Amino acid sequence: MSSGGPGAAVLDAHLVVRRPGFGLDVRLRVALGQVLALLGPNGAGKSTALRALAGLVPLSEGHVLVDGADVTTAPAERRPVGMVFQDYLLFPHLSVVENVAFGPRCRGVPARRARRLALDLLAEAGLDGYAAARPGALSGGQQQRVALARALAVRPRLLLLDEPMAALDAHTRVSVRTQLRRRLAAFAGATVLVTHDPLDAMVLADRVLVLEGGAAVQEGSPAEVARRPRTGYVARLVGVNLYRGRASGTRVRLAASSGEGAVLTVAESVEGEVFAAFPPRAVALYRERPAGSPRNVWPLTVDGVEPFGDRVRVHLTGVLEVNADITAAALAELALSPGVRVWAGVKATEVECYPA
Amino acid sequence: MPVSSFPERGRRSGRLSAGRVPWLLVLPALLGLGFLVLPLAGLLVRAPWSALGARLLSAGVRDALLLSLGTATAATAVSLLLGVPLAWLLARTGFPGRRVVRALVTVPLVLPPVVGGVALLLVLGRNGVLGRYLYEWTGYSLPFTTAAVVVAQVFVAMPFLVISVEGALRGVDRRYEEAAATLGATRWTVFRRVTLPMVAPGVLAGAVLCWSRALGEFGATIMFAGNFPGRTQTMPLAVYLEMQRSPEAAIVLSLVLLAVSVLVLVLLRDRWTGTP
Repeated sequence: MSSGGPGAAVLDAHLVVRRPGFGLDVRLRVALGQVLALLGPNGAGKSTALRALAGLVPLSEGHVLVDGADVTTAPAERRPVGMVFQDYLLFPHLSVVENVAFGPRCRGVPARRARRLALDLLAEAGLDGYAAARPGALSGGQQQRVALARALAVRPRLLLLDEPMAALDAHTRVSVRTQLRRRLAAFAGATVLVTHDPLDAMVLADRVLVLEGGAAVQEGSPAEVARRPRTGYVARLVGVNLYRGRASGTRVRLAASSGEGAVLTVAESVEGEVFAAFPPRAVALYRERPAGSPRNVWPLTVDGVEPFGDRVRVHLTGVLEVNADITAAALAELALSPGVRVWAGVKATEVECYPA
Repeated sequence: MPVSSFPERGRRSGRLSAGRVPWLLVLPALLGLGFLVLPLAGLLVRAPWSALGARLLSAGVRDALLLSLGTATAATAVSLLLGVPLAWLLARTGFPGRRVVRALVTVPLVLPPVVGGVALLLVLGRNGVLGRYLYEWTGYSLPFTTAAVVVAQVFVAMPFLVISVEGALRGVDRRYEEAAATLGATRWTVFRRVTLPMVAPGVLAGAVLCWSRALGEFGATIMFAGNFPGRTQTMPLAVYLEMQRSPEAAIVLSLVLLAVSVLVLVLLRDRWTGTP
């Protein structure tokens, strides 16, 4: 079993939850000071995993170790865990400071000291003036900070965040995310956060674990996951064109699911089953077959056009499906509309190729 | 032109549903309303307004009033002590036979109170199933005491509280309780500091309902506690008795009960009459 030395995992868990029509089986390890993001589509089991860690869902099998101590069968109230719920669930009948002091009070801290502790945490969260307010009078971002302070007040070793951004409107998200990142960096424990927003995962987490259908399909640093996605879900999430095929030298023959018969040329020679990925920005579109530099050129049909940030995203179909991001000027020049046939080109050096 | 006929038809059907009154429904409705309101109006018309103060202060009326207020309050306290945990059990646990238990809890709601009184006598009377041992061991006989009034009222009124609190408990977002658990709260602490405060309006409404039902209790009381002035003669019993001796006193007592009912309605207005 893991020992408590520095660098050892604060959280070591194997979560198996079986329910009719649903199964979760995932292993998690999170080191001291690390933030792990569970990323996945709805119904992938992210929240179930988090609730199992908190002790709100019983495990069918597996274990949960926190600092080496086995809490697999411990009830929620006896785990060294703090949790921030999706819509924060601040107690509406208690004031903000009473909400934050609730945990310490439950763990036997005398009323006066619990209140002092709560006020300190609120001050740290920049909420000095709101101690006596009811949670309902606070904005979404403030509620989130109170919820985080409440979870931290019990001095947890493991901090769990369930979709901490989901209840916020778009324009407060950026600032709240930045603040949350700062607070998480200062937290002396392990953090697991659940999100379906890749941006949250990229900004807040040191490591990303992608869950699909109750199983881990990919794990790595946010940059790694963004650059080398391993499933269509992740590829769509991070906005990358992803293909699977068999490589031989610098040529990748795509599998039936990716585009039967199409061939991708890559920069470095590889062998065997591989993924190949390139960003939509790397795709150039031409009315006539281009001569010269791009090594990958396919005649494709425009399927749809939509605005995408400061650019335009063009969906193309044919021997393979490609998303291309071009400028509005290029769109006008090429006169693209659904049904138009164009040539799409990608330089071999733009294609990321990695073993499947 | 066929096109122009569409908006016209739409307008006519709109007027049909909004404007024309279906008399077949309205007439019985007005009749029903009158039927409910007229007796109360009669009570007000016949009330001896000038002698009201003196009547209210007369010994008989005062005794009945104080006894009623005291027993109804005691019955509500007992109902809260027993009924809230019972409601929690029904709302929060999945023990086998829960549906049967809920059905049993609601039986006193539909049972004629007189039958309840008979049942209480058979169980708690001096020769009753349990009352016999109580009498043998302690020499205490429950029926025809003030405590018996409270027991009869609890039997009849507690289901109102249980149903109301159970409904409130089911309406609470249970994730708040989970949040409390992750903060280290035991189940008892969760109940005391999170669940109970969140259902407080439901508990209050149930208590008011329970209290007013206890206050109006007649059948079970007269059967189980008898009709002894100052001891078991509550207001409804006094109304019944006075109606034969001096109707004016009965009217005064009835007015007090009516005033209490109106007060209860005002207290609960947001729950019942608040929705338009």
